[in-house]
Amino acid sequence: MTSLTAGSTTPRKKGWYARNEIKVTPWLFLLPGILFFAVYVIAPIFQSFWISFHEWDGLGEKTYIGLANYERLATDRKFEVSFWNNLKWLFLYLLAIPLGLFIALLLNQKVWGIRLCKSLFFFPFVISQVVVGLVFSWFYLPREGLLNAVLVTFGMEPVNILGQPSTATYGIIAAGLWPQTAYCMILYLTGLNAVDPEQVEAARLDGAKGYKMLWYVILPQLRPATFIAFVVTIIGALRSFDLISVMTNGGPFGSTRVLSFFMYEESFSEFGFRMGYGAAIAVVLFLLMLCFIGYFLWSMFQDEKEGR
Amino acid sequence: MFPKPIEKTSRTWQITYQTLLPLALVVWLLPLLAVAMFSIKSSADFATGNYWGMPTSFELFNNYGKVFFESKMPQYMLNSFLITVPTVVGAVALSSMTGFALGIYKFKSNLWIFFMFIAGNFVPFQILMVPVRDLTIGLGMYDTKLGLVLFHIAFQTGFCTLFMRNFIRALPFELIEAARVEGIREWQIFWYIVLPLMKPALAALSVLIFTFIWNDYFWAVVLTQGPSAQPVTAGITSFNSQFVAQYHLMSAGSIVAALPPVAMFFLMQKHFIAGLTLGAVK
Repeated sequence: MTSLTAGSTTPRKKGWYARNEIKVTPWLFLLPGILFFAVYVIAPIFQSFWISFHEWDGLGEKTYIGLANYERLATDRKFEVSFWNNLKWLFLYLLAIPLGLFIALLLNQKVWGIRLCKSLFFFPFVISQVVVGLVFSWFYLPREGLLNAVLVTFGMEPVNILGQPSTATYGIIAAGLWPQTAYCMILYLTGLNAVDPEQVEAARLDGAKGYKMLWYVILPQLRPATFIAFVVTIIGALRSFDLISVMTNGGPFGSTRVLSFFMYEESFSEFGFRMGYGAAIAVVLFLLMLCFIGYFLWSMFQDEKEGR
Repeated sequence: MFPKPIEKTSRTWQITYQTLLPLALVVWLLPLLAVAMFSIKSSADFATGNYWGMPTSFELFNNYGKVFFESKMPQYMLNSFLITVPTVVGAVALSSMTGFALGIYKFKSNLWIFFMFIAGNFVPFQILMVPVRDLTIGLGMYDTKLGLVLFHIAFQTGFCTLFMRNFIRALPFELIEAARVEGIREWQIFWYIVLPLMKPALAALSVLIFTFIWNDYFWAVVLTQGPSAQPVTAGITSFNSQFVAQYHLMSAGSIVAALPPVAMFFLMQKHFIAGLTLGAVK
């Protein structure tokens, strides 16, 4: 009430800002964030599209060449290999979700020391991918590596996983699955914590147990966790770069390249920078990712509508 | 609770579980244990092919001493800190503001702006690489820590906004309405009411961003070159070429490089996991 009377006795003292405070404030708060984001994230996406129609060494003039970069991609063997490897990454990386669920179910108990156990299972996720890559490349070493030491003790033939084009990509994906599984595990552990105990008891009285219980009672309640696990795993699979760069640098014979690595390699090619061609590869990767981003945003939008 | 609590199962299964658990843990961490083992061995062990036997001598101090005093590792570590800490501060500051604006106010383009932030956060790095590198060179910040920090702040704002906005939305809106009735200015609502309530979110986000940025490799190799600005993830490659095939030193170096985020995780575990699993439970 006081503000009402104050407003009516001194109407002229209220400035433009005071009158429009609720309308203006959000924009003032958004301004720095949007500015940064627009300059460093939004604008570069469009610039990359633009650059992909040019030939450019990163320094001199850009030469407009239309769709020539994309035509070259269509016949580039290296592009084909990278694209298929990306698909392998996508499918195999998704194994992190069931594996993570499995470990979470294993650890969802209340025994002595279980807290520490959970932390130690999660721990690979905190280590940088560069170190994970190094650790695994030493693990796989044909002579010094622990993997072959174990294989030989069990009477098996030693293998050179990263040295052979047929196995190298799988070796790297296995290394990537290690932290990713840990991430999915922690999502499911949190989810399991929130499962409604009454529903579980009721289902148990109805005679549900084992995988039927898991499938019909538990998993539906874990849906939000599964969604996030799916999002982060897909994004992680398509972002794979560090591991490949550290473990094989694209080799042997270019067999472990993926689009993100191929793009980097072409842009900073030893035969002169090919930023235009690199941008074209990035655009393809972006469009591939866009299918998933679209789906994620659509799902989140449905949730937002329900929330109102 | 699912699966069935172990106390309610048979005695044999209980014992099996209790023995299998540590075994599973050892298998899970095997690659890491191998590296830890490497890092305390002597070069003589590697020369004689004693890779997996007992170390003939205990070289922990020697190996780690070499990492700290005979390589550029301390410089790389310092660079990592000088890149990571300002990024955390910047990204958290910007996003608590954007999160406040998107979480409290109703206006037409609210959801669009929010979705722009989320979408940008999912984009592959490579689509940004060429223009961001060009921009950084243009600003004269190529191979500087500041160039890297500015980009990281901008990019992380996407994820942080998502996080902050959802957190602020869950706060009781009556608080803000009550404050408005009292005639409190909008910026004061942010500073005196919302910000103090955001402490758990600020903590969770800081630990997460610290880890993400410390572990970044791609942007480190795109935007920096030499020991003056390179963080440890990129520096470790030159470290490894200095000690090529000396696995005991390379292992020690990797462990040192991985340590700060690991320490952060174990110290702030609750916040870390709360941040990471946001949205995993409705």
